[in-house]
Amino acid sequence: MIKINGIFHEAAGKTLAEYLAGTSYNPKRIVVEWNGVIVTKEQYEKTVLQNGDVVEVVSFVGGG
Amino acid sequence: MNIIPTMDEMRRSLDNRNGKSLQDKFASSTVAICGLGGLGSNIAVSLARAGVGRLILIDFDKVEVSNLHRQQYKASQTGCFKTEALAANLKEIAPYITVITHTRQIDENNFNELLCNADIICEAFDGAEAKAMLVNSVLKKMPERYLIASSGMAGSDSANLIRTRRITDHFYLCGDEVSDVEDNIGLMSSRVMLCAAHQAHMVLRILAEKYEA
Repeated sequence: MIKINGIFHEAAGKTLAEYLAGTSYNPKRIVVEWNGVIVTKEQYEKTVLQNGDVVEVVSFVGGG
Repeated sequence: MNIIPTMDEMRRSLDNRNGKSLQDKFASSTVAICGLGGLGSNIAVSLARAGVGRLILIDFDKVEVSNLHRQQYKASQTGCFKTEALAANLKEIAPYITVITHTRQIDENNFNELLCNADIICEAFDGAEAKAMLVNSVLKKMPERYLIASSGMAGSDSANLIRTRRITDHFYLCGDEVSDVEDNIGLMSSRVMLCAAHQAHMVLRILAEKYEA
């Protein structure tokens, strides 16, 4: 199980890119932290999720 | 014509408020404000009043009449560059702080050069993609700086939904994280100012060595 934004998901074996593609996140409007490390957009396809991983996705909306 | 207070008078007045030790920390710090709109201009005014010693103001844009409903500019300043107008306003509010301006658009190539002297960086853009770009860039390449970003302050939902969240050791997010200006729900001066106040307050808390949100 992988903890994403505090909620457990079955996503082991998926890349971050694959996981994100199944969500409504816009990749140009997010910051992803994986096990305490910021993952850049270019790295989403290379980062493979494993059980025990902790992911935080911050999604930005407009206005300011 | 009024004579403005001396630097000593202003410092002493601040020291009497919050104590010399805390004010010394504020006075010796440098805070960068990226974007000088509803968030950035309000953050700047708050920090200038609090006695933050050095502010780096960055925005490429000019003051427009549509800005006046929430941004800290005067009607007479429409058409001026925001950097220049805000610097002029801050000079009248806190004449002895140092204000450095960059009338430029921040991007992935120049952010390091523009922000390298800041202890704390406030992300105060109005576009979601620009926010993500800056936050990704700073967290990746300048992870030792404190970064206070913002997301979600549009509309007229309860003020109580605006909050500060500590995401990582050095990264904080202020706003309600959902109210998007693209949903055509408008932007209210009070709610935007609230989010800006959250950001400015977190800056002052960090300077006071209180790192929890």
